[in-house]
Amino acid sequence: MEYIIIIISAVFVNNIVLMQYLGICPFIGVSGKVDTAIGMTGAVTFVMVIATIVTYLLQQYILEPLDIGFMQTVSFILVIASLVQLVEIILKKVSPALYQALGIFLPLITTNCAILGVAILAFQKDFNLAESVVYAFANAVGFGVALITFSGIREQIELSSIPEGMKGVPIAFIIAGILAMAFMGFANIV
Amino acid sequence: MAKKESTFGSMVVTLFLVTLASSAALGFVYELTRVPIANAKAAKKNLAIKRVTPEFDNQPGEECYKVPAGGDTIYFYIARKGDDTVGYAAETFSNQAFGGSLKLLVGFLPDGTIKETAVLEHRETPGLGDKMVKSKSDWSRQFEGKNPDEFLLKVKKDGGDVDAITASTITSRAYCDALQRAYESFKEGDKQ
Amino acid sequence: MKNFTKGFIKENPVFVLFLGLCPTLGTTGSALDGLAMGLATTFVLVMSNLFISLFGKLIPDKVRIPSYIVIIASFVTMVDLLMSAYTNTPGPNGEPSLYDNLGIFIPLIVVNCIVLGRAEAFASKNTVISSLIDGFGIGLGFAFALVILGSVRELLGNGSLFGLKFIEGDGILIFVMAPGAFLALGYLIMIMNKFRDKTA
Repeated sequence: MEYIIIIISAVFVNNIVLMQYLGICPFIGVSGKVDTAIGMTGAVTFVMVIATIVTYLLQQYILEPLDIGFMQTVSFILVIASLVQLVEIILKKVSPALYQALGIFLPLITTNCAILGVAILAFQKDFNLAESVVYAFANAVGFGVALITFSGIREQIELSSIPEGMKGVPIAFIIAGILAMAFMGFANIV
Repeated sequence: MAKKESTFGSMVVTLFLVTLASSAALGFVYELTRVPIANAKAAKKNLAIKRVTPEFDNQPGEECYKVPAGGDTIYFYIARKGDDTVGYAAETFSNQAFGGSLKLLVGFLPDGTIKETAVLEHRETPGLGDKMVKSKSDWSRQFEGKNPDEFLLKVKKDGGDVDAITASTITSRAYCDALQRAYESFKEGDKQ
Repeated sequence: MKNFTKGFIKENPVFVLFLGLCPTLGTTGSALDGLAMGLATTFVLVMSNLFISLFGKLIPDKVRIPSYIVIIASFVTMVDLLMSAYTNTPGPNGEPSLYDNLGIFIPLIVVNCIVLGRAEAFASKNTVISSLIDGFGIGLGFAFALVILGSVRELLGNGSLFGLKFIEGDGILIFVMAPGAFLALGYLIMIMNKFRDKTA
């Protein structure tokens, strides 16, 4: 039951992109086509879950015992950056097909604030390891739901006539705003 | 000046030096700010407690006991003046608010009468549910000076004594739920 | 001089380059929060530009990015520590402190694409003086964008500016909530586009 609440809350109620304003750059940047949106979601899910596990262990077994919590930001971002590189290298060797699909998105992920954000939030919420994993996965799904819905709408918008000054990024933000309003309707479900 | 060659040795040395310098600098700043950070945190807690309890001259943030309630813990801070206990501040919560969870601080007089209440954390809708916050409306003043033994902490729709916020019954119920939980734990803690 | 002014209009990181959007949306519920975030980012940007333009040439190419990240993260942590020590006092009616308002977006300055972007594209290739000016210019341009967005949202959503209330009652509340952030930024970018087309 706990887990279900975490999942619903992260995917719908406190959607990471539309309600918490994390991961906006890829949300605006790679949402032109549904295909790329799906690829990006895959890469984010992969890295977000692994990064949360590794940073949780780092926090629990290194930073806390040594009482150097103030090194959190430095160590988390270093771990995430090296992790992304590592995933890229391993993926290239082990599964070239998956690498083909996700490869170009991986370098972009280091500076995706959703990854670091979720790692820090999972720690701030005092989750245990299992809850942290569920939380990270649910947030990745939430990211995917928002991104894929959004890119679908943007593909349609391309075909319709919109005012000159609105073309491109401005209309994308207006759509995101309306989408966020729709997500506010989920406010009371947990 | 030519770029430095990337050999294994130079890379390891560079990264080591950079992280060493970084942790040394941070350790230094951390030592400098440790006391001010702790002070700011303690002052923040005492300031919040001051809003709901009678005047005190101790550091209630440091005198605290816990009562388990509803799958979580409620913290009670003791306010003293001289040798007398003048009140208690309870950090209570409800998970039934419109936006999920709601955190309140409730001040009790020693006999269990509510002195004042304050919202610590909420995610209610601006303009509707957030009228429970004192700076937005006087709604939460109806609890002041009431003893939950005589004043039933339920909205009138549910047969209680509390006037609900217009169009925000869920928020009002959650507020009552949090207060009721604090009061029950207060009596629980009193027995011990 | 050109290095300084470019950050405001022509190469404004938010309105033109669309970088650093998360804090742009997340910390502009009021003009003051936006200003604080802008200044914190400016500090990190100037300091990391300074250090990278000083020592950048000593860092081997292959470990360039991780070294930059560590340097940037150190300054971010310093800002975080200092802000939690000196800006963590709640308001007289228990309003959340500045530190609480900015919350998770302070550590997240480290992944703000603007900071790493300037380190890589400018500071590693230019002199100390011009890197400092670049850091100030881009940082204040970012702060400028945040203050504008924060002012618009605070004015429409709450009827106040920098906490000074001059319209009674509630505003158009949607603007202080998440959807309003997206809408306000969309319209601001549109107006900025129009403005630039005219001057160009």
